[in-house]
Amino acid sequence: MYSHASESLIKQAREIQVSELQKFYSRLMKMLQGKELGHDTVDSLQRLHLILSATKYTRTLPLELQKRFVALLSSPAEQHQVLSAAVLRETLPLTGQELNYNHQLNSHAAGLLLSQAVSKGDLSSLCTQLLRNLESRPSEGPTHSLMHTLPVLNSVLTHSPECLSEDQMTLVSKKLVDWLRYASVMQGVGTSSGGFFTGPRSRQPVPIAELDGSVSGDFFTVLCVGQGFTEDQWMNVYSFSMLRHWLLTYHSSCSTTVDAANRLQLSLSLSHSHSFSNDDRSEVDGSVVSMVSATSSSSRLLPPKERLREKAFQYCQRLIEQSDRKAHKKTDTELQKACLVEAVCILDCVCVEDASLVYRTFPCIKALFGRLSSELSYARVLLPIAQFYLNHGEIAAVDCENVWKVVFGRFPTELFNDPFLAHELLRFLRLNLESIELRVPQYTRYFPNLLKFLAWDSPAMVDDFVDLLPSMVTTGTAVELLHTLLDLPCLSATLVLQHRSTCLPISEPVGRSFVSLDAFRNPSFRGLFLFLLRTEAGSGDTMDRLSTLHELLVEAADWPRVTQCARTVPVLLHVFFNTIVTIADEKLLAHLILVMLERSSLLLNIPAYIKEIHRVFSCHLLRLCKLHPSLVVNQSHELLEFAGSTANVYSKEELYTHVVWVLGEYLSVSCDSRCSVSLITSCFEALEAVLFEITSSAPPTGKVCPAPKVINTLMSALAKLASRSHDLIPRVSLFLSKLRTVTRSGSVAWCSDEEDLVAIVTRGEELWSLLKAPGVAQSVLTPPPHVIAPQWHRDTNVALPLQLRALTSLTHSQ
Amino acid sequence: MVRCFLIHTVCPVSALSAGESRVLYSRVFGPDDGVLSERHRELSPEERRLLQKEKVAAVARQVRSAVSLSREASGRLIVETMPGEENLALQDADCGVVRLRAGDPFSEETSALWLGVQSLGFTLVCEPHENLLLAEGTLRNLTRHCLEHLHMLGQGSEVLLKSNRIDVLLSRLLPHGQLLFLNHRFAQSLEKEVAAYMAK
Repeated sequence: MYSHASESLIKQAREIQVSELQKFYSRLMKMLQGKELGHDTVDSLQRLHLILSATKYTRTLPLELQKRFVALLSSPAEQHQVLSAAVLRETLPLTGQELNYNHQLNSHAAGLLLSQAVSKGDLSSLCTQLLRNLESRPSEGPTHSLMHTLPVLNSVLTHSPECLSEDQMTLVSKKLVDWLRYASVMQGVGTSSGGFFTGPRSRQPVPIAELDGSVSGDFFTVLCVGQGFTEDQWMNVYSFSMLRHWLLTYHSSCSTTVDAANRLQLSLSLSHSHSFSNDDRSEVDGSVVSMVSATSSSSRLLPPKERLREKAFQYCQRLIEQSDRKAHKKTDTELQKACLVEAVCILDCVCVEDASLVYRTFPCIKALFGRLSSELSYARVLLPIAQFYLNHGEIAAVDCENVWKVVFGRFPTELFNDPFLAHELLRFLRLNLESIELRVPQYTRYFPNLLKFLAWDSPAMVDDFVDLLPSMVTTGTAVELLHTLLDLPCLSATLVLQHRSTCLPISEPVGRSFVSLDAFRNPSFRGLFLFLLRTEAGSGDTMDRLSTLHELLVEAADWPRVTQCARTVPVLLHVFFNTIVTIADEKLLAHLILVMLERSSLLLNIPAYIKEIHRVFSCHLLRLCKLHPSLVVNQSHELLEFAGSTANVYSKEELYTHVVWVLGEYLSVSCDSRCSVSLITSCFEALEAVLFEITSSAPPTGKVCPAPKVINTLMSALAKLASRSHDLIPRVSLFLSKLRTVTRSGSVAWCSDEEDLVAIVTRGEELWSLLKAPGVAQSVLTPPPHVIAPQWHRDTNVALPLQLRALTSLTHSQ
Repeated sequence: MVRCFLIHTVCPVSALSAGESRVLYSRVFGPDDGVLSERHRELSPEERRLLQKEKVAAVARQVRSAVSLSREASGRLIVETMPGEENLALQDADCGVVRLRAGDPFSEETSALWLGVQSLGFTLVCEPHENLLLAEGTLRNLTRHCLEHLHMLGQGSEVLLKSNRIDVLLSRLLPHGQLLFLNHRFAQSLEKEVAAYMAK
């Protein structure tokens, strides 16, 4: 598809020499002076476009040439318009360039003007010009001229809604009403008519049809078909396509509450009659009369904005009705879905503006939900419906529970592998998070289900979950959520197995046989997988046979989907812990520390994953203990058990070092009054035993020597503990002196690097000499809080002598 | 509205470093993002153009990564198709969405819908409130037409040398970035116009 030829073309275009380019320009100039533009010219223009667009740096055309292109923009041949617009888009607008268009702008020229607008003034004048064209009767201009007006207008107001004046807004609103509601209901002249065999009979106006082929009995919409279309039918398509954006831009922002009561009365009176029978005539263009316009009604009395709202409401109701018809073409079935999405969004939008419409809309939305909720192929239509329930369910006192069961329950369970649904569902959650937390508090219970999106397609979803995860962290869900996050790679593997097992029948031989697939199908392991695949939280924090599960899934460790998932878990764990410290009490944090210690050896066997998780645990263990030092005394039993195991030195070095550090730092009476001498002694003894063991023999076979950091941390922790209980000082000193003697020979079995050994011994000697003066040792190794967090420099009385002393020491040293 | 449409490579290109993508066609709709914002007002037109090109390149890079990660995860083999098998190529295409956060690279959050057809990506960057179901249909339709009218399944370079065809396709199927609700009859009528243009 992408060939070397293309690559070298780009290279040539970029590296073209100035002289060569000048020659090319003058050749082009000559070509453009000719009356007819031949194949060669078109080809050259296209090459010029490539030369200009292939580089990100701007090339300047000769002035004369650029003027030629500007003139070419209004050529009658579309090809010339397209090519000149493309070339001019890649150049800079001429300074003071007056694209003086007295004639009507064609679409390509309008697009160019739009892309080269440099100020809001430019955009405003473009709008004024376009709207002038709109005001003139359609028959006066060429047909295609109106078509691009609405898209250009919509593009302008995306960037700069204030470009339209109040009057212009009113004009467009009236026009939109006309096109939406009063487009011709007869078919336009199709290209097939007028042939030799078509007699006058076929020229009879034929009514438009519905997608299922039946004759349409109501006004024209985008879901109506015919052999050909009239201009106002085209405008109907353009109007509906931009309607929602128009309403969002000009209605919701400046919705007035004036006459709310009036409107309420009006809409109530409207709701008594059938929604489509209260038809009236077009206001702007009296010539178009809707087929079903029987009686004039109160909607004619409405101001333009309200009138558009009313017509939008009717249009959407009709679309919803039309979407129930069986379309002949598959593309039309897809269009029906897109129309449903748009219709429900527009209804939501008008109901936000005017709450009185909620009562008129809900029956239809409810019926739609009833019709579609069981059909998974309509899942993406159900999201706007859910949005409608969320926004208006409360006002209408409607029970929404079934909606949430479908959206949070069924969708993630069955459609976890649909990237578009996943994106839209998570976006729905993100945008409505506050409202959901308020109105659908049970949402957090569905986290095991929602995480399936992440487990299946981690790279695409992680960004959304970084935003969403904090809302799922509550004191009730925290422990289970932590376990679930840690087992996310297992969930990922299980989803792969589930996917495979539904795609492949049991009898079919798989290319590579999967042990795990057999396990997945084995009834005795069913419970394990079902727990991972659970929809709601609350059936237990984790499961008993976790290690069995990890063994079953061992081959999944190198599946790409699983490794991608494993890479995202650390990120989410950081988010989790950052959130939990803001809401949890000490009891919950203590529980989380236990989970960390326990799960550090209970993870799916992906070495890089395990290492990363240990790193995250270490980081947050430290943070938690810093924040709540008494946690260490509280959990001393479990921490000691962990720190007392020599095996942990080798298998979980990072976490082990941090556990030892927090024990040494925070196992102190100043952190918690419950800290007794016997506790300090037992901690000391446990650490001493480990330190003795690892410094008296070579590491177990297959393991590397412990890092100097571990040994240093252990020695420091022992010194710290000894400084708090002076009876222990002789034992540390003895150890440290032995260490010096042993290492004097130069090499030991437990440390392979000479420099490391020197560092260890130096640290040992420092601690030893420090402990010789127990009082000093205590103030250095366990400094009182006011020294660690100095406040005294802020106190003038204390600070002044301090500054003086500092100055004295400076002057004295000179 | 659609912010931009681009066609770019999603396979390794020898002249580029890994992870880079070559943009073969790009069209940004509407006024430049930077013109109306306070932040970029002081930029010169050249700088603005450069910024816009860089934004497009940033989207292409993000999509390129998304496509490779998605292909790696699914483990599906890419089937090479011949010119004439456009529908098959389209059925076989990978697809997905990338969320582009506000400021990265556009000032507002946008969604980039992509279709990966063998070594090329077709990407539509949509405004936040856009109807993605409609956008997806439009992207497929556009991609099919591009593949057909520029013979992209072959070895030629028409995507570079006949880009005016893409301009015309966009002017009909996505005028000025406006997604249109076109039923098959409306679509046919536009396709006739397009076909007439291509025949010239």
